[in-house]
Amino acid sequence: MSIAIRSLTKTFGHFTALKDVSLDIPSGELVALLGPSGSGKTTLLRIVAGLEFQDAGEVCFEGEDARDDKEAARQVGFVFQHYALFRHMTVFENIAFGLRVRPRSKRPSEDAIRVKVTELLKLVQLENLARRYPSQLSGGQRQRIAIARALAVEPKVLLLDEPFGALDAKVRKELRQWLRQLHDEIHVTSIFVTHDQEEALEVADRIVVMNEGCIEQMGTPEEVYHRPASAFVYNFLGDVNLFHGRVEDGKAHIGSITVDLSHQQPQDSEKATIYIRPHLFDIHRVRTGKNSFKAVIKRINPAGSVVKVELVSEWGGLVQVEMTQERYRELALKRDEEVFVSPKEEKGFFADYSI
Amino acid sequence: MLLKQKTILPGFAMSLGFTLAYLGLIVLIPLGAMILKSLEMSPAEFWSVLSHPRTAASFGLTFTAAAVGAAVNLVFGLLIAWVLVRYDFAGKRVVDSLVDIPFALPTAVAGIALTAAYAPNGWLGQFFSAAGIKTAFSPLGVTIALTFIGLPFVVRTVEPVLQDLEAEVEEAAASLGANRWQTFARVIFPTLLPALLTGFALAFARAVGEYGSVVFISGNMPMKTEIVPLLIMTKLEQYDYAGAVAIAVGMLGVSFLILFLINLLQWWTRRRAVL
Repeated sequence: MSIAIRSLTKTFGHFTALKDVSLDIPSGELVALLGPSGSGKTTLLRIVAGLEFQDAGEVCFEGEDARDDKEAARQVGFVFQHYALFRHMTVFENIAFGLRVRPRSKRPSEDAIRVKVTELLKLVQLENLARRYPSQLSGGQRQRIAIARALAVEPKVLLLDEPFGALDAKVRKELRQWLRQLHDEIHVTSIFVTHDQEEALEVADRIVVMNEGCIEQMGTPEEVYHRPASAFVYNFLGDVNLFHGRVEDGKAHIGSITVDLSHQQPQDSEKATIYIRPHLFDIHRVRTGKNSFKAVIKRINPAGSVVKVELVSEWGGLVQVEMTQERYRELALKRDEEVFVSPKEEKGFFADYSI
Repeated sequence: MLLKQKTILPGFAMSLGFTLAYLGLIVLIPLGAMILKSLEMSPAEFWSVLSHPRTAASFGLTFTAAAVGAAVNLVFGLLIAWVLVRYDFAGKRVVDSLVDIPFALPTAVAGIALTAAYAPNGWLGQFFSAAGIKTAFSPLGVTIALTFIGLPFVVRTVEPVLQDLEAEVEEAAASLGANRWQTFARVIFPTLLPALLTGFALAFARAVGEYGSVVFISGNMPMKTEIVPLLIMTKLEQYDYAGAVAIAVGMLGVSFLILFLINLLQWWTRRRAVL
């Protein structure tokens, strides 16, 4: 089911959680609402779910305003960060809950319920846990049960509020890949809220980046990562180095180096902030060309798939550089060494300029 | 197991020893002495005291009135706890402290106040007597007194559990299509059940042993409105120590049995919802 959100505004006392937010979510997509805490992403999700009410604007499902519908009538499944399972019920009863509370005329028979619940348990790969109580499950298992419970009522839309926020890093990674697979299987329009950019980039078809109650950008993971619409998006979607410089003829001049900004088509500016991701720098032992600056290595962290090097530049600022393990071994870098840092011949720099 | 385990907390042996000695001194020795005293009677004598119609009637009244009072408190205590936890309103703190009054008030004061209110010409009693219902000096009066003193127990045991109940659980039920009543009956009430049982047990235990607030409002008519603690007092005043002890042991036995059953029920409900 497609969702259309039109000029939604919501305030809590003096705090404005959403400012005139409009958004279209096509049917069958997995969309991430990404933003820092307080950006309004959870409020937006709760209004779509009917758990919160907007001050102005409307939420339309398949083009129809849902304001007067009760939560249930919206056919929305909601998954909470802290699972919100019914702890006095077994896993089976938790999943069956949505079917059992239906009005008698629409309630499936006991056999039909058993078939449905077993099917869902298979879908979330926890067939053998039907008789357990939530307290006997791990966090990852609880969240999968919560998802199965939400799916039992065959919702047209699945909403997940930081579904993996309470889990440890390893389980979180497994579970988000599992969510992606699940979505590929059932294709129900889904929106999930997260503040983890890695999670959003990895799982979602489309990412909505939010900040201070407004949408900064909406696009595919590739679009928001490589073609950020604002400095905030560039900054939020990964590590960045921040430089001050000036912009002239589509190029940014920072100290002794120049980077190409032609993809961004910036206007000339005397005072600009330029953001450069750590992997867009390279380190050399000797000055290879004009386009580099001198820096002293302060810290090396070789643990991980990339090596992270922290340097102090010739003008005193901290610079972070990421390189492959191969490049690191080739260079044989050491602490307190003086090296030369140059920007790679790639696009992906970003300037926030004021004229 | 714990006795042999090495632990960082000091003074385990000493504090356990003190705990046991203290409990023995305060609880077990007096009860033991009473049971010992009752053994001076022959079983036949013992049984004849307990099976005497007057004793039987007072047992019936005491335990029935205590159970009805606790049950009434179960319903209205839950309601009060709900209102105190869920809603904010002017004068909430006053209402909150009103709940504790039955705790704090000397029971004799409560007894006089209740009698004054429910006597046939009292503030409340006049309406009841106009309707032909006898409140004071009837089993109903005893039940009213026992309801009065048991109220705080249910409210205060349910309150913290209700506070801990996340709003998310209710939202989850609502988003799955449950209406307000289904959410209450299937989600909230089962979660509160262990606390409700505890509150019921405490209110019931307190009511069974209540003396001060009942003796005025009951009128103390043998076979009709005489409660067990009063019967024990009467026996003592007549220097019938053996009779008093027999009744006391009987009461101890019944109370113990009922509390044991409630605990069993509690264990059963709690076993399913360990956190």
